[in-house]
Amino acid sequence: MNAFLSQEVPLSWYLLLSAVLFSLGVVGFLIKRNLITVFMSIELMLNGVNLSFVTFAHQWHAVKGQIFVFFVMMVAAAEAAVGLAIIIAVFRARATLAVDRIDRMKL
Amino acid sequence: MHLLFFIVFAGFCLAGAINLLLQSHPINSALSLIVVMVSLAVLYLLLGAEFLAIAQVIVYAGAIMVLFTFVIMLLNASREERTLGSRVALRVGFPAVVAILALIATVILHAQGLGVARLSDGITSTEELSKVLFTDLLLPFEVTSVLILIAILGAVALAGHDDRNPHGDGERTGEK
Repeated sequence: MNAFLSQEVPLSWYLLLSAVLFSLGVVGFLIKRNLITVFMSIELMLNGVNLSFVTFAHQWHAVKGQIFVFFVMMVAAAEAAVGLAIIIAVFRARATLAVDRIDRMKL
Repeated sequence: MHLLFFIVFAGFCLAGAINLLLQSHPINSALSLIVVMVSLAVLYLLLGAEFLAIAQVIVYAGAIMVLFTFVIMLLNASREERTLGSRVALRVGFPAVVAILALIATVILHAQGLGVARLSDGITSTEELSKVLFTDLLLPFEVTSVLILIAILGAVALAGHDDRNPHGDGERTGEK
């Protein structure tokens, strides 16, 4: 039991998980056809990158890596608010959320 | 114990992310994204970032995802129609994703000097974090608060009702 409790995880596994999450986000960005789901894929990419920031902060015992994640979170919150407002404005003008139908920049 | 926690929550994380891609209804995708974010909070805690774990739950899984589900319900988003997507995404996008993932994985697996994470590693306390945040990084912190203020104004300006048009949005969708 003691050997089980003291088991450790290589940090490269965390980095691999972060890379896979980022790639899944990119794939979602490419295959999803709903504006909101495309936006959620971007959030998934941001989360993948945050995980590698925290991992490296743990590796180098650096607090600033964690603070960077904090800033990314704040910027992501601002981005989500503005992005969803844009989605609402687009839906009002077009009455659709399918990215194939939204092909003009003009509202 | 750390290994067990890592395997369980990394599994939840990947399952949620893959489910996000497979679901065709946006609300199901949003719920699986919440699963991903909460499991990531546990992984942050395993890496000793207690403040970030709590902030992840409150800000991401709480505030941002509430905003997402609210917009999905407000717009009454329905099942998405499957199309083949663009040819550029098929021919350039997916090979590029595979190439980037392979490149990053190779670099990580060959990297020297990466340590290990244990449960006994100790935790970065919020006090330690805030000391650096409010002394060395005070200016970026204040700039971010201005950014949030601008984002609030931008969101209101973009999504708010147009007062000059008394008939509301129904009129605007009909006029084109």
